[in-house]
Amino acid sequence: MAESGKIDPMHQFQIEPMFGTDNLSLGGYNIAFTNSALWMVITAVLLWVFVAGGMKRQLVPGRWQMAVEYFTGFINKLLLENAGEAGKKYVPYVFSLFMFILLANLLGLMPIGIFGLHPFTFTSHFTVTGVLAILSFSIVLIVGFWKHGLHFFSLFVPHGTPLPMIPVIFPIELVSFLVRPFSLGLRLFVAMTAGHVLLKVLAGFVINSTNAGLGFGAMVGIPSFVLMIGISALEMLVAVIQAYVFALLTSLYINDAEHLH
Amino acid sequence: MDAEAAKLIGAGLAAIGAGMAALGVGNVFGSFLESALRNPSAADGQQGRLFIGFAAAELLGLLAFVVSMILIFVA
Repeated sequence: MAESGKIDPMHQFQIEPMFGTDNLSLGGYNIAFTNSALWMVITAVLLWVFVAGGMKRQLVPGRWQMAVEYFTGFINKLLLENAGEAGKKYVPYVFSLFMFILLANLLGLMPIGIFGLHPFTFTSHFTVTGVLAILSFSIVLIVGFWKHGLHFFSLFVPHGTPLPMIPVIFPIELVSFLVRPFSLGLRLFVAMTAGHVLLKVLAGFVINSTNAGLGFGAMVGIPSFVLMIGISALEMLVAVIQAYVFALLTSLYINDAEHLH
Repeated sequence: MDAEAAKLIGAGLAAIGAGMAALGVGNVFGSFLESALRNPSAADGQQGRLFIGFAAAELLGLLAFVVSMILIFVA
């Protein structure tokens, strides 16, 4: 069911242990080194190489240093606009978050399948995006309670709320606050999953119609392939936008923690 | 009705939500462009709000996608 011929669009999200670590366990839990973990390591190493290459601190920056400074400046501006001066100390966190998600999304789209390798988009798993979202959310909680103490709860009562409305507004604001980590993680995970499923379904059309004969291949396969090229470009855009939205919402939540309302 | 058929019909109905989110996202960007062309100098300062609106509208479409995926593969 829900497959196009032999092509299963969900197979690309399968987590597989690698390098014979299938039964590696720690305290009763399986800690096999999976393809997901492998791509996280690749992403982290690439990010490290990218940033380390731009740390030369020349007065007149070269191309590489310009690229890194563009990204740090971008995040710096984002936090300054949304969280003010107090947002400056979160630049390292939001920068790492943004670059990690951006690189992960883009690496998952790399056409290295033609070399027989299988790119794995680990941001298409809720376990990964959920942990990233919980990280952002716990920073908000810790900073909020550290800076404002129990006064942090005034976040749930907007300024100028009439007294009789407070019992109604408080639970609504509380629920909308508690839903944040879910919506933050879910947005990234679903956007990446949906795009990859769509690409695989279209690829299934191309392969199956071409196998069915020349006429079908020309009628269905070629339009599907053209559509795939367009959707791939769209997916690149989505990969960047989702990373940006994750960083943007994180900076907004940090603003809430720093300044309440 | 067969339970399997009902599941697939439900998944198809849930997919309507994705189209509705398309209306929402189109509205966000359309309204932004409309007002940005009236006052281009103020447009750059509103880009953060543009993407917040985009994220809020898009999330509901993604939720519709999750519902249909759960109906097909999990339920």
